[in-house]
Amino acid sequence: MADLSDRRLTEQGMKIPDGAASPILIIACGALAREILALIKGQSWDHLTLTCLPANLHLYPEKITDAVTEAVQKHRADFDQIFIAYADCGTGGLLEKRCAELGVQMIKGPHCYSFYEGNDRFSTLAEDEITAFYLTDFLVKQFDAFVWKPMGLDRHPELRDMYFGNYTKLVYQAQTDNPDLDQKARDIAAKMNLPLERRYTGYGDLATTLAGISH
Amino acid sequence: MSEEEIILSELSDEDLNLQMQDDLYDGMKEEIEEGVNIFLERGWQPYDILTKVLVEGMRIVGIDFRDGILFVPEVLLAANAMKGGMAILKPLLAETGAPRLGNMVIGTVKGDIHDIGKNLVTMMMEGAGFEVKDLGINNDADAYISELESGQYDILGMSALLTTTMPYMKVVIDTLVEKGTRDDYVVLVGGAPLNEEFGNAIGADAYCRDAAVAVETAKEFMAKRHNQLAG
Repeated sequence: MADLSDRRLTEQGMKIPDGAASPILIIACGALAREILALIKGQSWDHLTLTCLPANLHLYPEKITDAVTEAVQKHRADFDQIFIAYADCGTGGLLEKRCAELGVQMIKGPHCYSFYEGNDRFSTLAEDEITAFYLTDFLVKQFDAFVWKPMGLDRHPELRDMYFGNYTKLVYQAQTDNPDLDQKARDIAAKMNLPLERRYTGYGDLATTLAGISH
Repeated sequence: MSEEEIILSELSDEDLNLQMQDDLYDGMKEEIEEGVNIFLERGWQPYDILTKVLVEGMRIVGIDFRDGILFVPEVLLAANAMKGGMAILKPLLAETGAPRLGNMVIGTVKGDIHDIGKNLVTMMMEGAGFEVKDLGINNDADAYISELESGQYDILGMSALLTTTMPYMKVVIDTLVEKGTRDDYVVLVGGAPLNEEFGNAIGADAYCRDAAVAVETAKEFMAKRHNQLAG
């Protein structure tokens, strides 16, 4: 069985499982791996195969478009259809443009916080929540790797307010009910010096979008 | 072997300058403040301390950031150190009539609260001799334009970190066009998700990849304007 540790999903992603024979390949961000696998299993979507790029590409959004392109070109001969499980993710529209050129579909929305909440709902909330910092299940688990360490806050905690001084709350969008993650989110909020709001979102538009490409 | 302690006040001007640039690179705010005061005591002009020591030091930081040698945390620490030095020099610069290259309004656009890049640009522009009015975060078109109309400004700088907020820059530029004042200003835009193509598409004069590029670009536009006026 593939190694699905958060660290591996963050740094290396996930290869196509040996012997995968389904007609549709999903190329996803490593941060969505567990959620997509849960959906595939829960809905018995046997026609979908998942491969993931390293989640830490998000630290360099300018690299996402080319990484996705490379993965599409590498796998397109082996599948009838490819779907990209990324939102815009800081690519400034470049990923959407490239997907159109490649003839593959992707998830609508600016980022995972939006599609987990539901893009429509998120856009109505957005105006009142511009000072919210969002975390998902994956980001709660990988907070240090994605936020604290890359921002140098493990070495220089005095920079905290330069980064987060304009935020007024931390919103934890929970995909699952998990008391351990709730506690971790509380710890993170304390570390960031922000009040915490937990919102259960489930898989939001991720689920409906993947259902749309299912048979 | 333990590192030998360096006494800043015992260094020659040249060595002190180099040491301060190292200290700036390492984000050592107290040492920068101490060094600035030593140079002032030695009779250096505030403008010279600013340009030959602090700005030069930040220029090197900017190059290493661009080349992937330094990352955001280190740049922030260096900026914080420079801010310490600037706080001492700023009132003195006004008194001593330091040269002014131009006036700028800057702020993050509506819906965007991410101001790290904007703050770096502000500091570097001030260091380079621009007068900067920082409108802070979350500015709508009216906020930018009423400030532009209230003074003698040359440059409008807009910053955004989010792909969802960066299109608002076009709203501001289009409003300037409607008012017939677009060409009165050099419009510079920046922020992580932007690129040159986007800058061109929305009608900005230039996209600036980082704070050092913003300063160089602003200087070039000011020189062009100056030449046009002189011609």
